[in-house]
Amino acid sequence: MSVFHIVVCAGVVPDPLQSLVPADDPAKPALKNELMLPHVLDPWAEHALYEAAHLAKTRDGSKIWVISLGPKAKVQQVMMKTAQKAPFQLIAVDGTSSGFSDSFAAAEVLAQTINSIEEINKEQLLLFGGWESASRASGTTLQLVGEMLDIADQFQGVDELSVLPDGKLRILERLEGGEHQISVCTGPPAVLGWATGNLPEPPNNPQIGMVNMRQMMPALQKAQVADLSQPTVYHSVELPKQKRETQVVRDKPVQEIAREIVEWMRLR
Amino acid sequence: MERLLYLIHPESDGSLSTRNLEGLSAAKSAAQELEAQLQIGVWGDQIRPILDNLAGISPAPVLIVEDPAFKDGRFASDAAAMTALCRKAEPTLVFAASSPRIMRALAAVALRMKGAVDTHITDIDTSSGHLRIHRWYYRQRMQAEQNRQERPWFLVLESGIAPALQVEKGQVETVAVSCALTPKEMRTAVEGKQLPKGDSQTIKPDAEMLFVAGAGWTKKQSDGQIHADVAEKLILDFLHKSGASLGSTKSLVDLKGEGQAVLNFMTHLNQVGQTGSTPRHDKGIATCCHGEEPHVVGWRFIGERRAINLDANCGWAQGKADVLYVADAFQVLDEINRLLSE
Repeated sequence: MSVFHIVVCAGVVPDPLQSLVPADDPAKPALKNELMLPHVLDPWAEHALYEAAHLAKTRDGSKIWVISLGPKAKVQQVMMKTAQKAPFQLIAVDGTSSGFSDSFAAAEVLAQTINSIEEINKEQLLLFGGWESASRASGTTLQLVGEMLDIADQFQGVDELSVLPDGKLRILERLEGGEHQISVCTGPPAVLGWATGNLPEPPNNPQIGMVNMRQMMPALQKAQVADLSQPTVYHSVELPKQKRETQVVRDKPVQEIAREIVEWMRLR
Repeated sequence: MERLLYLIHPESDGSLSTRNLEGLSAAKSAAQELEAQLQIGVWGDQIRPILDNLAGISPAPVLIVEDPAFKDGRFASDAAAMTALCRKAEPTLVFAASSPRIMRALAAVALRMKGAVDTHITDIDTSSGHLRIHRWYYRQRMQAEQNRQERPWFLVLESGIAPALQVEKGQVETVAVSCALTPKEMRTAVEGKQLPKGDSQTIKPDAEMLFVAGAGWTKKQSDGQIHADVAEKLILDFLHKSGASLGSTKSLVDLKGEGQAVLNFMTHLNQVGQTGSTPRHDKGIATCCHGEEPHVVGWRFIGERRAINLDANCGWAQGKADVLYVADAFQVLDEINRLLSE
């Protein structure tokens, strides 16, 4: 049976339910009160972690490392919840989680971090993460990490991974219009940038959380500081100005509303 | 002087996509304004139908990598082909229209070429004589104008970036570029496509209209009961009769994992908003949605928007829709379906 060494790259992002407003200096873009905002694990990376946990559970000897690049205090806060979801070893890297940081610089840090984990056998490596982040959303960071690690098999927008009896990996990647591309890869190493996958969020397991937390605090204390370079020149960062004048229609009979909508639908 | 390379792969049916016609239009304008040399690179299995549509765009010969090994979208072979085209053209700028194949491999090509990459470009500005781009951050929550000094600079263009180029049929001069794949680059085999599950295809990128279903469809209605089965029938009936594409809010999709009443045809693929897609349609109608900003961004690129909601303060609508009907969506949709049947 195949044994996998699964590395999940999972950053933290401001909670999407918060109001996100750019800071005043467009030359140094950031979010207003960024460090005051509550953070969550990047949603697509979170799915990647759940898929990793599901895979590792069925493969004895497999192990998961979660590499989280973000402000140490925010990573610690997020891990209080995430640690209860699945067994993994955290490797924290202390740096910005800003969407305006450069994906090349972030990828370099992540690749160096993975290379520094002596326990990982590259022939068994599955590099997981979200196909895009909820901050920069460029869809490039994980791909660059894979390329820097010389991994020739990459899949993005993954919704399903199954291990075939001969050890090959069968992968479903999102195309468009609800279609998926089916690929079969001879095995690891491979990069899988996850979309939502098919698994629900696992329930909290306090016992797993306690085991995880024992090694998380030392990992957070040991977090290396990453200074991400920023070659992009920003000229403006602003909220969309478009605000529509909404006509509110009350007390109109259902039949009239329906007729109005159908007429509008048929207008070319 | 900038040298601009525009990269194209054929669609699965061998055609040239509308997105590429829009991207070519943007590339041609940018090349003119930057006084740059424009060259096109095409790779794939059967690329003749594409080449027949590229006449008159640039005097430079079209660079081609043509081989059955490049038929399918596979990271290793696509990256190898695009790298070969880039090495031949030695561009300072590389444009490509967004597609799963491009998004899967172009950043790696940028790294191999010691360049930089930016994706999801929604606008290009060359009015200053220099190239500036516009893209969204935090999943369509804010927009930036930016540029880079690094070259080559790879840009992935979103659909709608420019009016589609009028195709001029004719012969183009081509230069074949060699690209041999190693065994390592062929470890993955593409076996085909899986079509959406279920009786009804609910995601239609080419549809004129987006229908957004919110979590209200599976909540208790005025009689104190949940009518998810009725909601399912009404929505599927509407999709069938209108040809609309179906989007949903995250909260409705998540209900499935929480063991609550669900719409069975709804999957994560339907999800629009900050953790879903941001589809582009001419018209959109939102029903039973509640108004949290991350969900609202799901219809940022919808042209005309209307909403049906019992809550006049619905955040999907106020300031974001053109018309908000304060009404029961069950009743309105039932009547719309009746009218569409006539």
